Amino acid sequence: MLELQNLSFSVTEDKHNKEILRGISLTIPDDKLVVLTGPNGGGKSTLAKLIAGIEQPISGKILFNGQDITALSITERARLGISYAFQQPVRFKGIQVLDLIRFATGKNTLSVAEACDYLAAVGLCAKDYINREVNNSLSGGELKRIEIATVLARGAALSIFDEPEAGIDLWSFQNLIQTFDEMRRSIPNSSFLIISHQERILNIADEIMVLSNGHLEQSGNKEEMLSELIGTTSAVPGCRKVEGGNGSIC
Amino acid sequence: MLSMDEIKKRLLLEVADLHDVPEGAYNIRADGKSAGRRSSANIIITPKEHGSGLDIEIRPGTRNESVHIPVVMTESGLKEVVYNDFHIGDNCDILIVAGCGIDNCGNQDSQHDGIHRFYVGKNSRVKYVEKHYGSGTGSGKRILNPVTEVYQEENSFVEMEMVQIKGVDDTNRTTNADLSAGAKLIVRERLMTHGEQNAYSKYVVNLNGAGSSADVVSRSVARDKSYQTFDAKVVGNAPCSGHTECDSIIMDQGRILAIPSLEANDLDAALVHEAAIGKIAGEQIVKLLTLGMTEAEAEEKIINGFLK
Repeated sequence: MLELQNLSFSVTEDKHNKEILRGISLTIPDDKLVVLTGPNGGGKSTLAKLIAGIEQPISGKILFNGQDITALSITERARLGISYAFQQPVRFKGIQVLDLIRFATGKNTLSVAEACDYLAAVGLCAKDYINREVNNSLSGGELKRIEIATVLARGAALSIFDEPEAGIDLWSFQNLIQTFDEMRRSIPNSSFLIISHQERILNIADEIMVLSNGHLEQSGNKEEMLSELIGTTSAVPGCRKVEGGNGSIC
Repeated sequence: MLSMDEIKKRLLLEVADLHDVPEGAYNIRADGKSAGRRSSANIIITPKEHGSGLDIEIRPGTRNESVHIPVVMTESGLKEVVYNDFHIGDNCDILIVAGCGIDNCGNQDSQHDGIHRFYVGKNSRVKYVEKHYGSGTGSGKRILNPVTEVYQEENSFVEMEMVQIKGVDDTNRTTNADLSAGAKLIVRERLMTHGEQNAYSKYVVNLNGAGSSADVVSRSVARDKSYQTFDAKVVGNAPCSGHTECDSIIMDQGRILAIPSLEANDLDAALVHEAAIGKIAGEQIVKLLTLGMTEAEAEEKIINGFLK
């Protein structure tokens, strides 16, 4: 279980203090999938980075399974069971997809067949990708799916995804939803925090939270929240054209 | 079975992946003397006078054969210049493994300057692998100054893999290549320097024949207080295509000078150069931290991948 207590974060811009998040308190219980939505610039990605340890709050506490992890490093939090999928995945010259999946599992001896299972789960033909370098030769969509595969491979107690659907096509979008379902089944008591505006991702949530202008505006179970959000920028449907055939999610 | 001490055997393993004598033709040079030599039916190794090197003749049409000529040195203060000439006939397809390992536990400099000349016949394919390695705790330097000259006849193909990852204090590498029509040269250099090491790597590739091409790529890492210079020039003297690239990571107080250059002497020469130097991207480290690595582990994985 993840608990945020009165979490605030600010940056200095042109010698002025700019508040990004203020007084965020929320709980993500075990075995729950929470979708965090809200307008762009509302502080969603920053909140995810605070949980992963990439940014440090100016005040407040982060508790993970009862332990105060506010002062812990990224590595320590990862080892406790927090996993984080970047919105814009990182490229590495020379490191192959197989290497990255092995790093994620922490097993240098992970077999190619086992690594391929993770790629297949994100809709990539494993034999075409397993030996590819994670470099500029991969498209944004391919990279995004590999990023999700690394989080899948970690099998962490809490997995955070920052806009997992951005840049991926319709086929893998549908697959992505199945992937989340399978992750929930395969990792007992696992919880998820997914940042997304997509209605179909909101639809698989147990709880939905809306972050706007740096504060938690609303939260509640899916049934309560979804009817209010549909039609706003916090719950964007796929394009009609896309729904009926080929193309990308807008 | 080679009669060599454990240190020499370890060096042999580092530079040529050899536990013992290799398959096919070979010459193993240890502390200035031949520790073993074998010719094959198609690859004839003849020593030059006074132990100053080898003439290696590879008969036309030799295919799927290899020749290993590693050098190991453990005697502090030994300095040698060795000339190895490869005469490769037409229509061959061969692997050549060279490399030099120096272990210097003394206080005098040890130095090996290997001058390798390759005369590559028409339509032949050559893969050349050269690894350099140094070890030992003495104050004497480990110095390697390889010179590689490649003369490629029509439609020949040469791929060179040059690796120097560890332990060489001072190196001055020179590689020159002349390519005839339709010939192709690929060079992949990987270099890591640390401590107070100096490395200078210079390439001049002359694309003399129509349809010739070259791709010279160096990936390097300069750590601690080491200094590297990468100076690669591709000269297009005919309708040809050439590419040179230097991609480097600097760490600690490491420094790198990259001088990729191009000279087009023909209107249809298409030449490209690229160079990039920078520290490890912070986001790469962060990604690996989120997978549970420490910062030191993340750096090691990134460097190992980069130089793989």
